[in-house]
Amino acid sequence: MKKLTQLGMVFGMVVSASALAGPEEDRTAFQNFYEKRFPQVVEGDFINGVYSILPGAREQWEAIEEFPPYEVAIEEGEELYNTVFANGKSLADCFDTPAQRENYPYWDSEKGKVVTMEQAVNDCRVANGEKPYKTKKGALAAVSAYMSYESRGQAINVVIPDDPAAIAAYNEGKELFYTKRGQLNFSCSDCHMYGAGLNARADTMSPAFGHASHWPVYRSKWQAMGTLHRRFAGCNTNIRAKPFKAQGTEYSNLEYFLTYMSNGLEFNGPGARK
Amino acid sequence: MIIKSLLAGAVLAASTMATADAVEQGKAIAFDRKKGNCLTCHQMEGGTLAGNWGPPIMAMKARYPNKADLREQIWDPTKRNPMTSMPPFGRNGILTEEEIDLVVEFVHSL
Ligand code: HEC
Ligand code: HEC
Repeated sequence: MKKLTQLGMVFGMVVSASALAGPEEDRTAFQNFYEKRFPQVVEGDFINGVYSILPGAREQWEAIEEFPPYEVAIEEGEELYNTVFANGKSLADCFDTPAQRENYPYWDSEKGKVVTMEQAVNDCRVANGEKPYKTKKGALAAVSAYMSYESRGQAINVVIPDDPAAIAAYNEGKELFYTKRGQLNFSCSDCHMYGAGLNARADTMSPAFGHASHWPVYRSKWQAMGTLHRRFAGCNTNIRAKPFKAQGTEYSNLEYFLTYMSNGLEFNGPGARK
Repeated sequence: MIIKSLLAGAVLAASTMATADAVEQGKAIAFDRKKGNCLTCHQMEGGTLAGNWGPPIMAMKARYPNKADLREQIWDPTKRNPMTSMPPFGRNGILTEEEIDLVVEFVHSL
């Protein structure tokens, strides 16, 4: 009972805050929080994640970036992008250019849901009679790496249209970000807002400002590429919360919120991380 | 008389031993990554590779003259601070009641 009341309190706070402030105000407050906390980070550099606040680790990382571990994935992705389906078409027929990052995620009012770039790739496959790719790694991460590489330098500019359903999706993403979950009782914000810059054991926790800029990522721990939703699932599993489905509504709404929070920064994927 | 005080001495020694033992057991639970994993966030004497998410744990007898308050902080820290990132070890069943008792013995010794 006590647990329920406390949860109710937190929900109440989130909801009443969102009733007062719209996405625009949220974003200003969010970005100000990180700019105040890390005044040393030069404008635009939050796209480099934890390396934007750790000069020591940054040198090592820059050395890795000289021979990027995601290069193979980019090549593989380009090949897949141009590979002909059974019906004679290819992914290239669904998009006017592979440089698509700046168009995603977006609110699709006909479908009534948020569509991510990875979802659009799978939608294209399905529309052409192919099976969708698995959503956390492998072929989809490779195609995403190629498309992200082609999109480097585009501005993050997610739009939340003045449509109650779109705003509801944004608010769901926001709530997921701020709500404590799992046996260990953490919210994303516990670690990536209030905890940003602090150390959990030897790991410094990155600011969430810039989180959505550089996907997919080659992670040394994975020894492979992974999508943003793979990372969400990993962070949820770490706190002993049941992860949601990659490319399902929850994580797509979370990506919608999180990417919108980084509006004004640049897309710089794919990335390399520890 | 003599026998009585001898007995009392033996009992005293036994209970000190039990406590020392509890402190050691509590320490093992506190440092175990699958149990307390307190070092993720707190520096504690005897532990290495500690994080700095929470305050260093020291002078606990002075900070918590009453052991029950310390137990409460570990059982459910959200009571004192609903926004804290410290996990509710008792309330969410991360540790058992007995494990928490042992961790309290250890932490109170710091
Ligand atoms: C208990 C702490 C904790 C929680 C809770 C947590 N994370 Fe993480 N997260 C980490 C750590 C540690 C890393 C690896 C270091 C870093 O931040 O880059 C990480 C990495 C990430 C990254 C990759 C950063 C990059 O630059 O590539 C993203 C994105 C991310 N988390 C998002 C989330 C989201 C969204 C949630 C909630 C669903 C969440 N995290 C919950 C600790 C946490
Ligand atoms: C994920 C981070 C985290 C973990 C894990 C954690 N704590 Fe904490 N702890 C904190 C933070 C942050 C505080 C500061 C108080 C607050 O947030 O309300 C704190 C406060 C405390 C305090 C109060 C200190 C004081 O001076 O009043 C004690 C005692 C304590 N923790 C013990 C423990 C023990 C024992 C464990 C493991 C069984 C543990 N903590 C695990 C984050 C953590």
